[in-house]
Amino acid sequence: MPKTETMAQVFSRPRSLTEKKFTYCPGCDHGLLTRILATAIDKLGVGERTVIVAPVGCAVFAYEWFRCDGIQAAHGRAAAVATGLKRANPELVVVTYQGDGDLAAIGTAETIHAANRGEAITVIFVNNQIYGMTGGQMAPTTLEGQHTTSSPGGRDVRATGHPMRVAEMIATLAAPRYVTRQSLHDPKHVALTTKAVEKALRYQVEGKGYSLVEVLATCPTGWKTSPTTAHDHVRDVVARAFPLGDLVDRG
Amino acid sequence: MGERQLMTGNEAMAEGAIRAGCRAYFGYPITPQNEILEYMAAHLPAVGGAFVQAESEVAAINMCYGAAAAGVRTMTSSSSPGISLKLEGISYLAGADLPCLIVNVMRGGPGLGNIAPAQGDYFQATKGGGHGDYRLIVLAPSTAQEGAELAGLAFDLADRYRVPAMILADGMLGQMMEPVALPEPRDPATLPPKPWALTGAKGRAPNYIASFALDPRDLRELNRRRHERYREIAARETRWEELATEDAEVLLVAYGTMGRIAKTVARQARRQGLRVGLLRPITLWPFPYARIRELAGRVRAVLTLELSSGQMWEDVRLAVEGRCATPFYGEMGGVVPTPDEILAEVTRLA
Repeated sequence: MPKTETMAQVFSRPRSLTEKKFTYCPGCDHGLLTRILATAIDKLGVGERTVIVAPVGCAVFAYEWFRCDGIQAAHGRAAAVATGLKRANPELVVVTYQGDGDLAAIGTAETIHAANRGEAITVIFVNNQIYGMTGGQMAPTTLEGQHTTSSPGGRDVRATGHPMRVAEMIATLAAPRYVTRQSLHDPKHVALTTKAVEKALRYQVEGKGYSLVEVLATCPTGWKTSPTTAHDHVRDVVARAFPLGDLVDRG
Repeated sequence: MGERQLMTGNEAMAEGAIRAGCRAYFGYPITPQNEILEYMAAHLPAVGGAFVQAESEVAAINMCYGAAAAGVRTMTSSSSPGISLKLEGISYLAGADLPCLIVNVMRGGPGLGNIAPAQGDYFQATKGGGHGDYRLIVLAPSTAQEGAELAGLAFDLADRYRVPAMILADGMLGQMMEPVALPEPRDPATLPPKPWALTGAKGRAPNYIASFALDPRDLRELNRRRHERYREIAARETRWEELATEDAEVLLVAYGTMGRIAKTVARQARRQGLRVGLLRPITLWPFPYARIRELAGRVRAVLTLELSSGQMWEDVRLAVEGRCATPFYGEMGGVVPTPDEILAEVTRLA
């Protein structure tokens, strides 16, 4: 946008995002978080050595949305793929972007062991309590009593287990340098998430090691609710099951 | 060739890989291939390479996927049950056109089977194994020496055609010690560049690596181009060894450890005046169909020998196409026949 006497450009697409359109549903938090990650890459000036590892799930196209090198990983294997990239070329800044089915169900082993080895990677973990892309099935993070297409009567924790607290689990390990849980339900928390993603990326750039940023996000389509109601639900219900804040900061 | 060392087949393949410029290894313990993992742990860091003992075979192959994408010569190794676990990742490597080396030191199966030498993974290695329409370049050494050499060839072919390569060995070859004249070490910096690799989008457009194409016409096109490369590989890279085939009346076809035993059998048969020859496929994919077909027109029988129930036998019969008899001799479960046992069978045919 050209500058005029009365107008100045104060907001634009982050340099690290391509022009490619997101494939997310309207009102979903993924778009916001993708932008936050791109902004962090810009701020640290590392776009020319970053590799985005995309998951299987709603963010499956993430490798094409960044003006950085990108790779698509098999379902759940992003942390192992990131390990291979980083060990092969430690100069790279390697970021995985994964949902709860990908990271906390099928990829549990890869997730925990990459963290335990302290791989110098940044893991962005989108916790929206549901398998979004496949149509809204129960995830390991689905809340007790939550209705999904594969828990039609509401999640029965006696039969299906309790919502899995990934950040707390990773925080028990000795190697991770930064483990936090953030949310996107209001502008204040968007700002906090932005800072957390920046910090996680900075720790990698500074050679400090492994970071995981769990982000509570909405899936209005899967939850069958409006974006606004979905954000209220995160504030009032989800953030109680998944407490917000830093769990580990060994900066 | 450089210095000679006494080493196991497993060690020879590992050292051959390092000398070919392998600088990232990811593996998981499983018998009878542990010496590869252990050799890499001891020797790869010394040349600046990355070694990770992964949490699973699944993780190890996906680490290879990452390291291959970074443009580094990378390798994993396992034995039969572990290779089954890697197949998802192998399919992704094939679909993303990423070169790497996978070594399978086969053992008895199916299931947990046992740790004795077997060749029951031929179908898995040569017919796809994982999901989708793909091929691997499959190389079958029959000595530790050949194991060291084929590790280098596997990397060269994988890089040239952007196709994952597999060395299909077995527990006998992996464990046996032999003198090996090692290939000269190659500096990874001198290898051909990989402009497609993920090295950071500095001064160029971003590189993307995926096996994903939602539009069926796009995916068809990617598959078509890959299959053009497969045809080129079949035309240019098929390899085999022949022994005494000129006047043979019975042709033995065997690979790997069985190929080695068959060589002894063919020599013994010749000493008894029997006109027996051997064709030992070195590439199992691409398979030497054309040469076997040619020889099938001149012999009475093509006898396939395997440490399995007759898997390569299907390819031999495809090659022969009824031109002569195609008997089969095989053992299963890790039982390795003696040359005498096979010779008795050959004598009946000759």
